[in-house]
Amino acid sequence: MSTTEITSWAVDLSTVGPIYPFVGTEMLWFVLGLVFWIGFHIWQIRFEKQTYDDDMAHMKRPVLFVRALKQNRLD
Amino acid sequence: MDSDIGALTVIFTEFYYWVTIPLMFLIHVGFCMYEVGASRHKNMMHTLMKNTMLIPLVTVTFFFFGWWIYFAFPNGPFIFEGKGLVEATANAVPWSELMGAHLGGPPATESTTADDNVFWARINGVFWAAFLLFSWTAASIVSGAVIERIRSAAFWLIAVLVGSCTWVIDAAWGWHWDGWMVKLLGYHDAYASGVIHAIAGGAALGVLVHLGPRIGKFRKDGTPRNIAPHNPWLVTIGLFLIYTGFWGFYVACNVPIIAEADIGATGVGFTATTIYLTPTTLSAIVFNFLLSLSGGMIAGYMVSRGDAFWTYSCGLAGIITASAGNDVYHPMQAMLIGAAGAVIAYKMHFWVERTFKIDDAVGAVAVHGYAGFAGLVICGFMLWGHPSSPFEGYAAINPLGQLIGAVIMFFVLGFIPAWVLAGMLKSLGMLRIPHQIELVGLDVADYHGRDAEELEVIEAEIQEARDRGLLPKPAGGSD
Repeated sequence: MSTTEITSWAVDLSTVGPIYPFVGTEMLWFVLGLVFWIGFHIWQIRFEKQTYDDDMAHMKRPVLFVRALKQNRLD
Repeated sequence: MDSDIGALTVIFTEFYYWVTIPLMFLIHVGFCMYEVGASRHKNMMHTLMKNTMLIPLVTVTFFFFGWWIYFAFPNGPFIFEGKGLVEATANAVPWSELMGAHLGGPPATESTTADDNVFWARINGVFWAAFLLFSWTAASIVSGAVIERIRSAAFWLIAVLVGSCTWVIDAAWGWHWDGWMVKLLGYHDAYASGVIHAIAGGAALGVLVHLGPRIGKFRKDGTPRNIAPHNPWLVTIGLFLIYTGFWGFYVACNVPIIAEADIGATGVGFTATTIYLTPTTLSAIVFNFLLSLSGGMIAGYMVSRGDAFWTYSCGLAGIITASAGNDVYHPMQAMLIGAAGAVIAYKMHFWVERTFKIDDAVGAVAVHGYAGFAGLVICGFMLWGHPSSPFEGYAAINPLGQLIGAVIMFFVLGFIPAWVLAGMLKSLGMLRIPHQIELVGLDVADYHGRDAEELEVIEAEIQEARDRGLLPKPAGGSD
C-alpha cells in the first residue's frame, strides 16, 4: 500500500509519471489552496484596519498623540 | 531522455534555470534592503514586511494562474488572426500533474499527454520558478515607489495584479517566440526593458497618481523636499545586490542550448538563444551587461554631480535601457545607450516630480519605466530590419513596432490596470493609511509595549543572577 503511485523503485523510470501522493486529487488541493490564499487577504484586510483603529484610539488624547509624534511609539 | 545527448541537454537545461533562481533571489533581497534603507526609521519594519510578503502572495497566484496566462495568451486573445486562447497549456494549469514531482512517464491523469510529460517533466518547475522570480521583480519595482503611506493590503493586491497577471500577459504577447507582438510588430525585448521594467514603472506611476505624495514631500509653493534615507549604507548594499541578481535575470532570459535544426538554421550544431529563439551567446550578454551598467553609472555620476543614490540607480537605468537589444548590440553601443537612458531617467524623474507633484520615493518609475520605454524605442532604430524571429512570416524589428510595443508595455498593461485598481481601492478607503498613522510612523504599533517588555526581561535577568549567587540579595531580604 502506498499513497503514491510507487511501490518499488525497481522499475524502468521512463514509465514513471507523477510521484506525489494522492494522484488524481489535484483539483481538490487546488481549491484548498485558493481558499487559503483568499482567506489570507480577507483576514489581513481586517487585521490591518483593526491595528490602525486601535492605534488611533490610543492617540485620541492630544498629549498621547504628541508623545507618539515625538517618539514614534505609543508608550 | 532517449539518448545520451538528449538526456544531457535536458538535465543541463534544468540545472541552468535552477542556478538563475537563487541569483535572482538576490534581486529581492536587494530591493528589501534598498527600500528599508530609503524609508525613515519610523516606517522601516512596515516597509520590509510590505515587500517581503509579496513573495508568498505572488508565488501562490503565479502557481494558480500566472503560469497558465503565459501559455494561453500569445494570440492576444483574438488580436492575432482571430485566434483566441491557446489550449495547449497542459503543463501550466494548477491541477496538471506536471505542476508537481514528475519523472516524465505516461500520464496518470487526464490533465496531460505522453508528449507533454516527456517534454516538460524536468523543465516545468525550474522554468516556472525563473518566471516567478521575474514576477517578484516586477511587483517589487512598484513597492519601492509607494513606501511610507500605502496600506499593505492594497499593495499586495496590486502586487498580485502586476506580478501574476499583467506582466505575464505582456510576456505572452511580446516575450514569447510565438507572441502576436513579435509576429505582427517585430517586437524585440531580449532582456525585458519593456516586459518587466516599463510595465512595472508604468504600474507604479498609475498607483502614485491615486496615492499622492508623502506628508511633507512638497512645500506650500509646490517645490519638492528631499526625504533622505535613514540608512544610505543599506541602500548601497541593496543596489549592489540588485546588480548581482541581474546576472541571473539576464541568463534566465536565454534558452541555454537548442539544436540549429529546431530553429530553422542550416547547420548541425547547437546554440544558445534569446526567448525568441534568435541566436546569441552568454559572452555577448556579459559584454553588454557590464558596458551598459558602466555607461549608466558614468552618465549618472555626471548628471547627478556625484550623488551616490542616483549614480547607483543610473547604473540600473543603463542596463535597463540597453536590455531590449543587449543580445546583439556591440558593447560600445550598449554603453552609450546605457548612458543615454541614465540621463533620460534622471531628467524625467525630476521633471515629473516638479510638474505633476508625483512622489516616487526611490525613482522607480524613472529607472524602470522611462528607461525601459526609451530602451525599446532606441532598439527599434538600432536593430531596424534585424529578424525578430528565426522563423518565416514574422515582422522584422522596426521603430514603429517598438514604439507601439513601448506604449503597450508602459501604458496599456502597466499604467492603466494599476491606475484602475488603485482607484477602486481608494474609493473604498483601502489605499492609503490614515494621516495620524503616517505622521507617527507605520511602526508605531510594533514598538508598543517594547520598553516594558525589555525592562521585564532585565528584571528577570537580575533575579536569575541573584538566585545563582552572582549578585547579593537586596538589603532587607526580600526580592
